[in-house]
Amino acid sequence: MATTASKTAALASPLYAGRRRRNTIAKGLAFAATIFGLGWLILILGVLLYKGVGGLSLAVFTENTPPPGAAGGLLNAIVGSLIMTILAVLIGTPIGILAGTYLAEYGRHDKLSSVVRFINDILLSAPSIVIGLFVYEILVAPMGHFSGWAGAVALAVIVIPVVVRTTEDMLSLVPDTLREAAASIGLPRAHMIVRIAYRAAQAGIVTGILLAVARISGETAPLLFTALNNQFFSLNMGAPMPSLPVVIFQFALSPYAEWQKLAWTGALLITVTVLGLSIVARSLTSARKS
Amino acid sequence: MASGERDVSEVALKGASAPMAVAASRAAVLRRLRLTDAIFHGLTRAASLAVLALLSGVIIALIYGAAPALGTFGFGFLFDESWNPVTERFGALAPIFGTLVTSFIAMLIAVPVGLMVAFFLTELCPMILRRPIGIAIELLAGIPSIIYGIWGLFVFAPFMQQYVQPLFIDTFANVPILSTLFAGPPYGIGMFTAGLILAIMVLPFVTSISRDVFDAVPPVLKEAAYGVGCTTWEVFRYVVLPFTRVGVIGGFMLGLGRALGETMAVTFVIGNAHHISASLFAPGTTISASIANEFTEAVGDLYTSALVALGLILFFITFCVLAIARYMLMRLQRQGGK
Repeated sequence: MATTASKTAALASPLYAGRRRRNTIAKGLAFAATIFGLGWLILILGVLLYKGVGGLSLAVFTENTPPPGAAGGLLNAIVGSLIMTILAVLIGTPIGILAGTYLAEYGRHDKLSSVVRFINDILLSAPSIVIGLFVYEILVAPMGHFSGWAGAVALAVIVIPVVVRTTEDMLSLVPDTLREAAASIGLPRAHMIVRIAYRAAQAGIVTGILLAVARISGETAPLLFTALNNQFFSLNMGAPMPSLPVVIFQFALSPYAEWQKLAWTGALLITVTVLGLSIVARSLTSARKS
Repeated sequence: MASGERDVSEVALKGASAPMAVAASRAAVLRRLRLTDAIFHGLTRAASLAVLALLSGVIIALIYGAAPALGTFGFGFLFDESWNPVTERFGALAPIFGTLVTSFIAMLIAVPVGLMVAFFLTELCPMILRRPIGIAIELLAGIPSIIYGIWGLFVFAPFMQQYVQPLFIDTFANVPILSTLFAGPPYGIGMFTAGLILAIMVLPFVTSISRDVFDAVPPVLKEAAYGVGCTTWEVFRYVVLPFTRVGVIGGFMLGLGRALGETMAVTFVIGNAHHISASLFAPGTTISASIANEFTEAVGDLYTSALVALGLILFFITFCVLAIARYMLMRLQRQGGK
């Protein structure tokens, strides 16, 4: 009885009540903040589905971007995006994997590695429009015209830091005992890395590449003044090349209803691709962990 | 070490009195292995040097491109509000102002909200929901910025124009400072709307980094605080937050770097007007929006060069912010390693 009485007295004391109140308020705010954060995701995806699905049809994938006021599709933009993305990955991935290998295997603690690691982190979050300006200065200005190559190079510059980072992270998860076992049977270091470390870190490295693809498939800013745009179907890498994000940018800001509708459809396609890629990438690493 | 191994193997071969031909081919194989080893080492080293070259290349290319404009306008470029392609007089003050203001609005909202979401995820959320909510927040970070832009232009800006902005203008009409901040016709687009969209974009970054550093707090510390009778909020406020201060600030800086350089989401809703006005509802411009809107249409070398100079300024600002962020996160990592 006595303890209960003291407990009620403590509960009633203003200090305790105040602390409890603050705790409840903080918890409530945290809950509200989470709802707020998730609310945007639902809102954005909801609007995107509502506006984008309406425009989905076979024509989107079989017809080129139309002139103002006519019906059409996004074929040339989709093909352009695919070509430039694939090329960017082909250019950026080898460099990224090799550099990540150096950081994780050869120069774990040397000075060069810590500088490269720092610079890579800066590149990872550098504004993508600045990358566009860089490629404009080194490729477009000397060549005198916009081109698909310039677009692919700009995207490759974005791919490299992502792949470097994940390759290094994944290789450093490979247990050193594997490396030591390989060294003990006389396997040279390069062969140990290629045959053993890469194989152990395979899923993680693939995840890195997928994340890089997800990142560049929605990038608009670096393409605006490198690949520019092209109203027609084009496989010529030396000429301006259309891409999905740039077409969305141009069509969304236009006054034509058909163009705006296609912009929404394109936006839906990009979002589905990006979310799909990041979900696949995530499941690859989580399957590996378990 | 490699040569030592070879000697041993050769001795072993001789001991077994194997034919000379085998020994010779063995030596050839070992030589080949050593060569491929050296080549691979060289390749990886070259690739990591290429990353360095990339960053230096970006800086050199930007300085080269910006040189004509900086040479013409000098340091005055930073403090000049005018932007006139006809008379070829350019100044960076309005874009810099817009970039800073929109990022400030974004951080003002994203920081407290992001912290509270991370608090919820690490301390309050039931275990079953933790992973799905965490993934959902990270998906929000993966949505390309152009999606935020198109959504902002067609959905969010009209909403702001019809409901939010008139409400703010009416409510604060007679409050001294706020009436200037929230003045003018409700356009829908403008710096305030751009700042809000940036806030939504930055929120997931702030949240996921804060969550990661909160998770790294040793449970013993929290248990001790609970043991002396702290409430959940007190544990968070007086134990978790002070312990992770450096990492959390590093996370904010990463988010800020993102907000400063963000292009597409802002370009759609900023209005692209090169003047500075006191009202947040007025259209403005940011560095990245100016470049995105005007670069392909820029006529004349000086105009193009002025835009590249804007890019150089943006790169310099984000470089500083990101460098501070990385330095702080690195310090935290070293602290955790001890």
